[in-house]
Amino acid sequence: MKTLIPVENGNTLKTLQEFLKSLLQNGVVDVLLVPMRTPGNTVTPALVSDPALLDSADPLAPVMPGNAATLAGKLSVRAPRAKVGAVLRSCEARALVELIKMQQAALEDLTLIALDCAGTYSVPVFDKKDRGEGMWVDLFQNAAAQPDVPDPDLRAACKICEQPVYEGAQIAIELLGNNLSSEIRLTMADELGARLGLSESQPNGRLAVVEKLVAARTAQRDAEFQVIRGKLEGEQGIAGVFAACIRCHNCMTVCPICYCKTCVFKSAVFDHEPMQFVDWAKQKGAYRLPADTMLFHLTRLNHMALSCVGCGMCTEACPAELPVGMVFRAIGQRLGQTFEYAPGRSLEEPLPLITFKADEWTEVGE
Amino acid sequence: MIMTDDAFEPKIIAFLCNWCTYTGADLAGTSRLQYPPNVRIIRLMCSGAVDPIYVLKADLMGADGILIGGCHPGDCHYQEGNYKARRRVVALKEILKSAGFDDERIWLRWISASEGTRFADTIREMTAAMKEMGPNPTRVEWAV
Repeated sequence: MKTLIPVENGNTLKTLQEFLKSLLQNGVVDVLLVPMRTPGNTVTPALVSDPALLDSADPLAPVMPGNAATLAGKLSVRAPRAKVGAVLRSCEARALVELIKMQQAALEDLTLIALDCAGTYSVPVFDKKDRGEGMWVDLFQNAAAQPDVPDPDLRAACKICEQPVYEGAQIAIELLGNNLSSEIRLTMADELGARLGLSESQPNGRLAVVEKLVAARTAQRDAEFQVIRGKLEGEQGIAGVFAACIRCHNCMTVCPICYCKTCVFKSAVFDHEPMQFVDWAKQKGAYRLPADTMLFHLTRLNHMALSCVGCGMCTEACPAELPVGMVFRAIGQRLGQTFEYAPGRSLEEPLPLITFKADEWTEVGE
Repeated sequence: MIMTDDAFEPKIIAFLCNWCTYTGADLAGTSRLQYPPNVRIIRLMCSGAVDPIYVLKADLMGADGILIGGCHPGDCHYQEGNYKARRRVVALKEILKSAGFDDERIWLRWISASEGTRFADTIREMTAAMKEMGPNPTRVEWAV
């Protein structure tokens, strides 16, 4: 049902916190995974069991220290498990869908609470902006009023995010296109709404705002894709784009899709004998070290670009400030078109590389 | 690098499945069929066992052509390995193309155990095509 909660005294965050408390108090969930303000006023995800502590919950803070789908996966992947509510942004919810398909998360006992997102700042930018509590207000107003002119300080991934809304959560907290100083609108199952004592409300004009934002972000995305593709398909290719890579593997570590406990690049496969490097150096005259830098990126593309949800955590984590996320999204989009697949769209769509049809791509294998 | 005078001789790395294409290559040999010596064969149990990482490694190290050989569709010893291999090759080619590489260097061919002639023909055809394309630029690119 579509429902709404009136905002008291114009305090949207407080109203949201009270709603989250009601989920714990009514036993809808045992624990909540939610972004929290720490005593030092930073924002971090935490697993909350005590409703009183939800006074520190701040899912509206426009900062994303990591993709919390990984955490939701760890909390849900196997029994015994608690009834967990996970408050996630769209990119996190979509990553979670991919993780479920990869059997690194499970929907059983998991209540997905998806929150509209107007965009986030990187951790250092959020820091410089003094981590204020009302920072989200301008972002949501701007997303509605001037979708073509994103806040220049937003993360690159957020500026081109054409999926700020996630459909298909058990509870959708609909913030875009609504008057947040007077009401918070929600969509959830009738049964759940009744249990929380909420009643049906009329839909409003939110859809037009979301559509305009999606159109603006899509245009921005396509422009950025064109730039990065120009480089990738240019003379230097991917080696030029990733030339400054220092091989720290941060992109892999923070990627919600890269779930392997032991990455092949940290496995014995790459424990080369000393003379192996010498052979390579002799073969080409010189050999870049650490070895296999493009192999690393191409293999990671091969392993996860089809499931890339565009959260941009890789770009955030890159000390060389390489456009990792842009490369993965741009190539991921091509792959998605080839396999008619969209990461995070549906649990019904199998991962393209674990399935096949007998009569496809007959021109590739002759 | 195989170089005699100015003539460019491509180096082809072939990943062949044990049950069909490798046996087909064996048949080509025992039948004394002539084909160019430009191919280096690696035998695997199935085309579906070809990890794309080794295809990429070969490509980045300067292999001029990479052949993946498997059983004809429907004939896989493991029922569906070759179908999965086909999807992997499709994805790999798309990635390579999008990353500025020439995906035409990677060939996927179905060659059965009885098709020794087809194996020899494929190597001839591929060697000629790679000669046409010229050396893989990655032969001399050290900073990859």
